Amino acid sequence: MPDYQTFDHDVLVVGAGGAGLRAAIAASAAGAKVGLVCKSLLGKAHTVMAEGGVAAALANVDDRDSWRVHFADTMRGGQYLNNWRMAELHAREAPDRVRELEAWGALFDRTPDGRILQRNFGGHKYPRLAHVGDRTGLEMIRTLQDHAVYQGIDVHMECTLVRLLTDGGRVAGALGYDRERGRFRLFRCRAIVLATGGIGRAYSITSNSWEYTGDGQALAYGAGAALQDMEFVQFHPTGMIWPPSVRGILVTEGVRGEGGVLLNRQGKRFMFDDIPENYRNQTADNEEEGWRYTQGDKSARRPPELLTRDHVARSILREVREGRGSPHGGVFLDIAWIKRRLPQAREHIIKKLPSMYHQFKQLADIDITTTPMEVGPTTHYVMGGIRVDGDTQRSTLPGLFAAGECAAGLHGANRLGGNSLSDLLVFGKRAGEFAAAFAREHAGVTVDSGQVEDAVRCALAPFERGAGADGRGPYQVQQDLQTMMQELVGIVRTEPEMARALDGIARLAEQARQVGVAGNREYNPGWHTALDLPNLLTISEAVTRAAIERRESRGGHFREDFPEKDPTWGKFNIVVRRGSDGRMQLSREPIPPLPAELAAIIEEQK
Amino acid sequence: MATETLKPDLADTGASEELEPPHRQPDPPATATFRVWRGDREGGQLVDYTTSVSPGMVVLDAIHQIQADQANDLAVRWNCKAGKCGSCSAEVNGMPKLMCMTRLSELPLEKPVTVEPMRSFPPVKDLVTDVSWNFRVKTRIKPFRPRAPDAADGTWRMTQPDVDRVQEFRKCIECFLCQDVCHVLRDHQLQEEFIGPRFLVHVAALEMHPLDVEDRVADLRRAHGIGYCNITKCCTQVCPEHITITDNAIIPLKERVVDEFFDPLGRVLKVFSRGGKA
Ligand SMILES: Cc1cc2nc3c(=O)[nH]c(=O)nc-3n(C[C@H](O)[C@H](O)[C@H](O)COP(=O)(O)OP(=O)(O)OC[C@H]3O[C@@H](n4cnc5c(N)ncnc54)[C@H](O)[C@@H]3O)c2cc1C
Ligand code: SF4
Ligand code: SF4
Ligand code: FES
Repeated sequence: MPDYQTFDHDVLVVGAGGAGLRAAIAASAAGAKVGLVCKSLLGKAHTVMAEGGVAAALANVDDRDSWRVHFADTMRGGQYLNNWRMAELHAREAPDRVRELEAWGALFDRTPDGRILQRNFGGHKYPRLAHVGDRTGLEMIRTLQDHAVYQGIDVHMECTLVRLLTDGGRVAGALGYDRERGRFRLFRCRAIVLATGGIGRAYSITSNSWEYTGDGQALAYGAGAALQDMEFVQFHPTGMIWPPSVRGILVTEGVRGEGGVLLNRQGKRFMFDDIPENYRNQTADNEEEGWRYTQGDKSARRPPELLTRDHVARSILREVREGRGSPHGGVFLDIAWIKRRLPQAREHIIKKLPSMYHQFKQLADIDITTTPMEVGPTTHYVMGGIRVDGDTQRSTLPGLFAAGECAAGLHGANRLGGNSLSDLLVFGKRAGEFAAAFAREHAGVTVDSGQVEDAVRCALAPFERGAGADGRGPYQVQQDLQTMMQELVGIVRTEPEMARALDGIARLAEQARQVGVAGNREYNPGWHTALDLPNLLTISEAVTRAAIERRESRGGHFREDFPEKDPTWGKFNIVVRRGSDGRMQLSREPIPPLPAELAAIIEEQK
Repeated sequence: MATETLKPDLADTGASEELEPPHRQPDPPATATFRVWRGDREGGQLVDYTTSVSPGMVVLDAIHQIQADQANDLAVRWNCKAGKCGSCSAEVNGMPKLMCMTRLSELPLEKPVTVEPMRSFPPVKDLVTDVSWNFRVKTRIKPFRPRAPDAADGTWRMTQPDVDRVQEFRKCIECFLCQDVCHVLRDHQLQEEFIGPRFLVHVAALEMHPLDVEDRVADLRRAHGIGYCNITKCCTQVCPEHITITDNAIIPLKERVVDEFFDPLGRVLKVFSRGGKA
């Protein structure tokens, strides 16, 4: 007598953020019977929090923009570790995907002639981000959600997957539990699209919610799929830092796009102090030019505040470490100063950045139209993830596809702001279509009941151990891991520290195996946290091992012991797999050479 | 008055006995007590937890601290911790609030802070309620249907003021706090007949969408039960996104219904007071 309900689908989509919703819509349109599972309620996934906008070379604001420039910007931002095929498809297809949203009801801000308005963002040469004030993610997820619910997709809300099931090296299904009752659900299917988002919860200071425990990456790894680029974690330069309870919450880059400047405690705009060589041609060298850029002057170059996120984050860290930080260990982000330039500055700020205004007013008692904000870096995004084929989003495990933040490739060593929302749309659609095709072309597989029973047994083990066996609950283990990763595998890394982190991870993994929980299976967050721990530990180990392996500094990965970029490292992605002995194995996979056409584009855009 | 319904129903809770919080500080300079509803579908009671308080803390932080240190299985929904996702809705001292946006400094901490689940929805566990009805309601509303594209490339032209009119409604984060306070749902439990303020906002967003050509006016009157709303404005008062639900969404929709059915507003209201269908 099985202790689970069974559901049959052609394609199972895991995750209801932008990537999962777009994949489910595409798979369903391709004729597949689609199931969609997510840990939260519909519409609450991370995508809802995105603020700044979605990048697409619509060329509505600056007609010099094109997919070629977007492609070159994405590759430059990613320091050429990107899967160039993904970067190409993304740049080519993003405009259509954004226009499609409009056909489904999304309402973006407008240009004077009635088209979709675009704003400046770090690393994008021209104004490129379609947006709705600073709540673009909400507009996007709601549009997709409201479209998807009419497509005959079976939605399983508040259901968490704990294991992928395989049959002869192919995906056969997945096991999950519903949060509400704690009952198990077996999903049998021919193809799975993972769209589970990121790993931010491995760190203590993060803009990410409880959902971001690296489940998709860890499930795929556990089932035998390869991960890549895990050393590249993006620390967003501007998170809130005060009061303590809001530490990490994001302050959108849009603030800088609208003219906000970074100041140290001496009131100095320190971003002018260190402009990297490969961006010097594109960066303003005086305040006046920077301001004109933010106001749409096409002849001006962008201010240094809009350099890539890794660079801005490290510059902030430098100011703090050298004693020029703000009272609570960050720097100042000032948008209020624009009143010296604009007559209606206050109204302008509230109009352009309504949720930032609201957020600071309500959570920090600060009026951003009069007072500078205090900000510091926060763990934001993982460039690495499941290794996929650029065209189809297929992983190295047959039948398993991945899209969105949990997949790797598009962003290389560093993601540009706005390139995630467009990533979700472009590759969500592709993953859904190719998963549906795979399901159509491949006969059914059988689920091995032994695998199911083992997964159920593992999931229930924390109850058998009972709470407080050794006094350490799941939350304490999670917190220790977060603190350790933040300290030892954070923005600035060294080999000895990361070696200590590996020891720490092994110790915490041992504790995680002993963690017990009290209460029953009904909506029990203690139990849920206990089940998230193995995933967090797996991806923390992958991040750490890959970061030790890469002995250079590039994009989101900065090694104090190897502070320079090393061209030989620019030729490889680091790939992580589970070895046959169950241990984590690393390899260097050469990046295929750029086709001449793409190489020429990069050259011409230098 | 409908605001009456905002008062917490403490009558049969037998609050605050048992459970001495284990981490109580002997001399609490910065602690506060939270009287949290613990229970499930069958019932429950308020339980007191005392926890430390630091500057800038919000109610959700206190609940998380209690969860981490004293009650690992305390059930609560949350995602963004920044008022953007609408997951953490609850009744704090009887007022419908997002826990992540309710600062402790706004509350009188000399007495216990009560934190209860939304009362209009069936309890699941502790602060988590069954809001699935809302998701079903949405699918009863006719979806967006755009006019033919304006330009040869399949795109449309809209002015910023056109878009602004609807963006107010599209700010909705689906926290369902307005559904929680609306007496038609809370006291009269007319979930079958009335879609509630959240979905009237949704219909308004569709009806006033510059591109939409669908007609939902007949549905508003019958299937969506707009006549049950007697404009008490309780929904508007609690909306964390400050959407002027009643004045900007519901009243214009009522006017459309009236225009289409030559039905004076007064009669709609009278029908409501008789408890019948419009
Ligand atoms: C505050 C903030 C602001 C941002 N702003 C921008 C921006 O302006 N522009 C931009 O391009 N990007 C932005 N980003 C990044 C972008 O929002 C995310 O990278 C993107 O939304 C990820 O989308 P996704 O579809 O991959 O995953 P998500 O939207 O996170 O969805 C993940 C889904 O997977 C589900 N899931 C996870 N694990 C499981 C499991 N085990 N079982 C079942 N379901 C599971 C979750 O429940 C969820 O539904 C921002 C991110 C943050 C945090
Ligand atoms: S105004 Fe109407 S919808 Fe809003 S709470 Fe009152 S009766 Fe309900
Ligand atoms: S209208 Fe306001 S109160 Fe109602 S669900 Fe939306 S955001 Fe919440
Ligand atoms: S947690 Fe998202 S609104 Fe409170």
